[in-house]
Amino acid sequence: MITIAGAGLAGLACAYELAQRGAAVTVYERGKAPGAGSVARFAGGMLAPWCERESAEAEVITLGSRAFGWWAKVTTVHRRGTLVVAPARDRAELTRFARRTSSHRSVDGAEISALEPALAGRFAQGLFFEGEAHLDPRRALRDLSAKVQELGVEIRYGSPAPARVTLDCTGMAAPLPALRPVRGEMAILHCTELEIRRTLRLLHPRMPLYLVPRGDGHFMIGGTMIESSSDRAVTLRSLSELLSAAFALHPGFAEAGVVETGAGLRPAFPENLPRLTEQDGTLYLNGLYRHGFLLAPAMAQQAADHLLPETSDEDHRERQTA
Amino acid sequence: MEFYGTEITSRLLLGTAQYPSPAVLAEAAKSSGTEIITVSLRRETADGSGTAFWQELQKTGCRILPNTAGCHSVQEAVTTARMARELFDTPWIKLEVIGHSDTLQPDVFGLVEAARILSSEGFQVFPYTTDDLVVGEKLLEAGCEVLMPWGAPIGSGQGLRNPDALRAMRGHFPGVPLIVDAGIGRPSDAAQAMELGMDAVLLNTAVAKAGDPAGMARAMALAVEAGRAGFAADPMERRDMAVPSTPVLGMAEFA
Repeated sequence: MITIAGAGLAGLACAYELAQRGAAVTVYERGKAPGAGSVARFAGGMLAPWCERESAEAEVITLGSRAFGWWAKVTTVHRRGTLVVAPARDRAELTRFARRTSSHRSVDGAEISALEPALAGRFAQGLFFEGEAHLDPRRALRDLSAKVQELGVEIRYGSPAPARVTLDCTGMAAPLPALRPVRGEMAILHCTELEIRRTLRLLHPRMPLYLVPRGDGHFMIGGTMIESSSDRAVTLRSLSELLSAAFALHPGFAEAGVVETGAGLRPAFPENLPRLTEQDGTLYLNGLYRHGFLLAPAMAQQAADHLLPETSDEDHRERQTA
Repeated sequence: MEFYGTEITSRLLLGTAQYPSPAVLAEAAKSSGTEIITVSLRRETADGSGTAFWQELQKTGCRILPNTAGCHSVQEAVTTARMARELFDTPWIKLEVIGHSDTLQPDVFGLVEAARILSSEGFQVFPYTTDDLVVGEKLLEAGCEVLMPWGAPIGSGQGLRNPDALRAMRGHFPGVPLIVDAGIGRPSDAAQAMELGMDAVLLNTAVAKAGDPAGMARAMALAVEAGRAGFAADPMERRDMAVPSTPVLGMAEFA
């Protein structure tokens, strides 16, 4: 029996990977629902390894490229690409972003408006990352927990984990010395006037923004990265910057309703890459930072390889992600 | 070189914002050989919630120069400085009072006032200022013993927009440590600042946003060292015309 502490993104992804390989798994979760206490519910849900490479190590691509197929078997993945734009005066940001990333093509104003008609006439230049995708994090957590339970995994909600578990996926609650919190803030807008179908990134030296469509006129916006352990509500400064950036993306957002705001603490190691570490007989998967949905599949596979070495052959993995 | 009586060897100071990760930041600090790193104490983390990141910074072994980046008023800057003294246990403060949110130009009136308040409270103030001589004098009167003139707007990477003004500053304040803060984009900019006789250079974005931050940190360190050595060696004067480096008299004449 494999025991997992935490039914957040990492815990559920590992439970899924282990159960698929035939293991009996029990997951302990303090909250009442999948991901209830998880920072993943505030995530953008972007599967954007090439964009993320702008400020992350190459592993985001090598590990992240497995995420598309893995998630497509669990939940709805919208593979519509990412469109990156910048205001005219910040064109240098676009040049820099293009230099630091790959798998994109330059698009002019006409192509931008062909991709997203709502942006017609607003931006003269952009980058299109055709291979990228997005998903709805909360739906993905629900779908993942349903899949996991179909495979016979028991999730004990409202139940603290025993003193010793096989695998600890408790995020910031884990007793790992090098782990630090990086605060992120987000808002959900409701705006039926604008139709935007893919992830947009607005580059700006001080307030970069990403916007992910959630369907039904809902849009998630986010982008703050603050070295802080404070989990208080989103600050006025951050919220006003996010909202101003959304307005800069399209003035049509002026009439949007702000239906939700949120703030969460992303666990990170000094390299800002996840780690699988063993400490006192327990395996820890942690440090997913801002790459939870992107890197959880690959890290869950690594955790399963470690715990069930007899199933770790590449053929098996190929079958899994095909 | 001394700042407020503290002997410092490296003439390159680094900022700590915008790095891809704390690990990359630590690597850049190490390869630059810097002894001083500056840390922004945003008000949102002034309650101590930034501790985990600051502990990472302290592992670099560098001296921490807290700053008041992002403060737009005297009161805000003074409050932030007081919190920084508590948190980092140092009288050093890099004082920024921003006057314009687009250019991030210092509000020199607020700066002088804040410097006076903080100096009277025992702070050792490193003021981020323009290259204006009169403002420099007022800052010294207010108790500052170091001046940090800008090279160009923060984060712009434009290099030294007005080298003549910096040269004038050097001439006007011969005994005051001058640190060019802001605007350095490339190693040649850093070398130029040092050739003008500046005592040190503080930069952040040029290293943090480089493709290889540790490589750029080392390039900056070499440039600072080269520029300083060039200044110390008393460079030749520029001339409008060519001057042959071998004597023309006494050359053989071939018929």
